[in-house]
Amino acid sequence: MYIYDEIDQRIVDDRVAQFRDQTSRFLAGSLSEDDFRPLRLQNGLYIQRFAPMLRVAIPYGLLASRQLRALAYIARKWDRGYAHFSTRQNIQYNWPKLEDVPDILEKLASVQMHAIQTSGNCIRNTTVDHFAGVAPDEIVDPLVWCEIIRQWSAFHPEFAFLPRKFKIAVSGAETDRAAIQVHDIGLQAQYDDKGNIGFRVYVGGGLGRTPIIGTVIREFLPWQHLLTYLDAVLRVYNRYGRRDNKYKARIKILVKETKPEVFRAQVEAEWAHLKDGPATLIEEEVERITKRFTRPAYQKLDKLASGYVLALGRDKAFASWARRNVQAHKVAGYAAVTLSLKKTGVAPGDMTDAQMEAVADLADRYSFGELRVSHEQNLILADVRQSDLFELWQQARELGLATPNIGLLTNIIACPGGDFCSLANAKSLPVADAITRRFDDLDYLYDIGELDLNISGCMNSCGHHHVGHIGVLGVDKQGAEFYQISIGGAQGNKAALGKVLGPSVSQAEVPGVVEKLIDLYIERRDSAEERFIDVVQRIGIEPFKEHVYGGHHKKPAGRGEQLAAA
Amino acid sequence: MAGIIKNRQVAANNWQLLKAGADKSLPAVPEGDVIVPLAQWLAQKDALLARKGRLGVWLANTDDPAVIAGDLNHFDLVAVDFPHFTDGRGSSIARLLRERYGWTGELRAIGDVIRDVVFYLSRCGFDAFDLKAGEDAKAALSAFGDFSEAYQTSVERPQPLFRRRAATAQAAAAK
Ligand code: SF4
Repeated sequence: MYIYDEIDQRIVDDRVAQFRDQTSRFLAGSLSEDDFRPLRLQNGLYIQRFAPMLRVAIPYGLLASRQLRALAYIARKWDRGYAHFSTRQNIQYNWPKLEDVPDILEKLASVQMHAIQTSGNCIRNTTVDHFAGVAPDEIVDPLVWCEIIRQWSAFHPEFAFLPRKFKIAVSGAETDRAAIQVHDIGLQAQYDDKGNIGFRVYVGGGLGRTPIIGTVIREFLPWQHLLTYLDAVLRVYNRYGRRDNKYKARIKILVKETKPEVFRAQVEAEWAHLKDGPATLIEEEVERITKRFTRPAYQKLDKLASGYVLALGRDKAFASWARRNVQAHKVAGYAAVTLSLKKTGVAPGDMTDAQMEAVADLADRYSFGELRVSHEQNLILADVRQSDLFELWQQARELGLATPNIGLLTNIIACPGGDFCSLANAKSLPVADAITRRFDDLDYLYDIGELDLNISGCMNSCGHHHVGHIGVLGVDKQGAEFYQISIGGAQGNKAALGKVLGPSVSQAEVPGVVEKLIDLYIERRDSAEERFIDVVQRIGIEPFKEHVYGGHHKKPAGRGEQLAAA
Repeated sequence: MAGIIKNRQVAANNWQLLKAGADKSLPAVPEGDVIVPLAQWLAQKDALLARKGRLGVWLANTDDPAVIAGDLNHFDLVAVDFPHFTDGRGSSIARLLRERYGWTGELRAIGDVIRDVVFYLSRCGFDAFDLKAGEDAKAALSAFGDFSEAYQTSVERPQPLFRRRAATAQAAAAK
């Protein structure tokens, strides 16, 4: 965890006071609704379908147990006893009262948290690999750089009112778990051949209405220049990004319309002025930030705990949980554990106050009092001793957080959709629920193997449907809620955008379509090792289309006509 | 005439802001101190320089400040217009004028300028604010104290917080 110093704290406290003042001026009528809207959005406060929604930042997904307890307290005191983890390492409250928000922010500030720039057309919360610092395939620990970016982006005076929202993601590992190629800026931390740290810079990636994979505009940016280079990119965007049409206002459109080479030249020209200026990073600062991060005091342990190995052999349910939800750790004898928030019957990412407190206890007991939030809307205990895994599993199971489905079909990513979000075309939560119920049989789920299924309630793509192996998108068809299914999307190093399968289908038909896709996959895979996405890439989408819609691409065939071939 | 904020105080506004007509025709230039649109400056340089009153120019959010980089010594004031306070282009224009083109005179924010953006704009180099109608200039003075610190480099304080921190740490170590 990064621990605030006096100035970090003061800045967050100042923000609370500022927002309290803005809220009271709004309630008193001296700040107009139109003027208040962009100001409250910069503090994560939306007015939603039923009530305001407050989005709280979990900077780069890191959370201390005391912070999670504060989040639980807020859920109980000012909301309806639960909150929702989003796909961007944020947590959202769906029922706070506007006049309570300043108090909520004050409570957050007391545990070094905030809602700064969690919405609005500004630089948003920076996201990172949820296994940062513990992944065995890590090259550079990205957390220090994330905090440097957090400080640079917080209340940046020049970039407070951009054409549109701006999201930065950082990865420091071989496998990209932060989806850096579909962010406005993606940073891949790496070493050059002399052992210096730097970043490969992607720009102009994004999902939404116009999904685009980012372009590399710099192969290696030495760390000293990180902030001046970001300033240069943002300045070009701030000056030339489109403001006439909100659907064309993201940086990806600017990069595309100006052509990536031209955009790169503009950035380089701007950077030539800023490079080596006062915003150039210095070693003292990197060291200072590094020191303000608390690090787990790992014990020296055997590579494999014998008790753990024995338990794996003894208990089949534990073994299957370990296979899906336990990830390797770079320190011998430790493991990272994913607590699944994707239990059948629960909206993906939702958590009650009691669960939060219980997880905070688990974090204290088993993982140095820290946890992570993943963009797949799960929680991670990143530093668990292998010898504690069995005990932890038993406790997680009692809490309903041990569904062994990480990486599997029912680990669905879904946005809040039409139940909560006023922008939605269609509901996403009932669809997730129906699919989860359809694939409730664990053996079947394991047989299907790795599969990402992502659902968004509209083109804004908060559920990342474009990069799901199977993507489901809510669309509006003459006022009725329909769903467009795509396949072949992927996140990570081999990021790809899914292709639309065919005409959209009704809510009731979605699970049947998914089932048909799975049927064909099982029929056509050459071994259990070949994943769904591999088969799609090998045989293309046509056979799937054929199978779902029949020869003439009309209505999808209903459930029951086709049973799993497995 | 309504007051403006200048150098963190309420001040009288002696300037007349001239705007092009709906058909883009350039306005007539009255006596006294005037702020003319960029197009007028570019079209009527000689006539404007031959006048008695003081001269200012204002840039629209889409104007490129590089265009007047070589003319700055002719002006007593430069203003930047915000058609809406959520249009951040004016902030980049201000920084460029200050940091790249070396403008040291009055830099005035005009248009849809509300109390709540004064802190940011001031860090971008504005030292004068002609707030939008209905805003109370006196009450808005408190905006300069919205935050007691800031991380980034800015026109007001080019050294970012991390360099100032490092300098303080060094000074403490030297004692
Ligand atoms: S994808 Fe659309 S419906 Fe879903 S949360 Fe985002 S804006 Fe709302």
